[in-house]
Amino acid sequence: MYVIIIGGGGVGNYLAKELLNSGHEILIIEKDHKRCERMEGELGSVSLCGDGCEVAVLTKAGIARAGMFIAVTDEDDDNLAACQIAKQKFNVPKVIAKINNPKNEHIFAKLGIEHTVDGVALVLEHIKAQISMFPLIHLLSLEDKGLEIVLIRIAGGSLAVGKSVESLSLPLGSIVSTMIRQGQECQVPASDTILEAGDQLVCLIPSGSEGAVQAMLGISTQEEAG
Amino acid sequence: MNVIIMGCGRVGAELARLLDAEGHKVSILDMDASSFDKLPPDFKGTALLESATDEEGLQKANITKADAFVAVTREDDKNAMAAQIAKEIFNVPRVICRIYDPLREEFYESLGLEGISPTVVFARLLKEKLEK
Repeated sequence: MYVIIIGGGGVGNYLAKELLNSGHEILIIEKDHKRCERMEGELGSVSLCGDGCEVAVLTKAGIARAGMFIAVTDEDDDNLAACQIAKQKFNVPKVIAKINNPKNEHIFAKLGIEHTVDGVALVLEHIKAQISMFPLIHLLSLEDKGLEIVLIRIAGGSLAVGKSVESLSLPLGSIVSTMIRQGQECQVPASDTILEAGDQLVCLIPSGSEGAVQAMLGISTQEEAG
Repeated sequence: MNVIIMGCGRVGAELARLLDAEGHKVSILDMDASSFDKLPPDFKGTALLESATDEEGLQKANITKADAFVAVTREDDKNAMAAQIAKEIFNVPRVICRIYDPLREEFYESLGLEGISPTVVFARLLKEKLEK
């Protein structure tokens, strides 16, 4: 597939390498001459020096035959502009934008760019996963399905301790898929399994219901107390 | 009329001065405090050190009460993004943005934005002068 990447920074570079390794044809559009030269040296002639938000530059890049368009610059307004042009003017089938300011995610969605990757939020979740005081960790968003895969850690004084899995009354559409208990193999919990402090649950929950899950588990108050 | 202007460059500051002098309520936003030096000393409007591609910045400028929004920063993409936020999220009745790149201006017009390309306008003016 022909993939056009806007932005030759860290993310753009590594993405280009991965795509090249899996046999795709790529082109990175980057404003900075020095970055372009460096990429030429490292990856061969896969870069075009120019502004990826300019219609003329995109036309020169052969955007009409691109199967995918990914904007990963450090400026959200550039990523938005490039993606809107790719999607709405050139009808590129799949368009993805990196978001640098988490507040912009819903703005992008409202303006027609539904597929976004929030870099800051991802790093934040990874850091939270390393710190035990955060009881709810996002593992993956299944945007198309409106679902989130999350890891729930049942802390000492949580409301969930001593309750069965079925009496947790998670939001409608939630599935507890795996339970991890210290000293035991991972297991799919039965509905009458009684939860203990220290248990971890991998769950599918509807997007946007994180707050409800936290409240139901008594997590937020726990966090303040802890 | 309540008008929000994003970008206190020469054009932004001059527009703010003209509207303010006619009695309109003007809020002007810029990320660089020194850019407000261009406003006249008797400017009665509000100058805010905020970004208009940020919803909170726009809320501080009372965007929900705005009758018009004008984006005139140096960057096409910032202008386009701010204009779309004003139009699609805050439903400002009149939204105008400056887009230097004529091809991009055409594109944004197809999205329903009111754009002005100084490149096109100025070239046309020059041509008219030459032909006189």
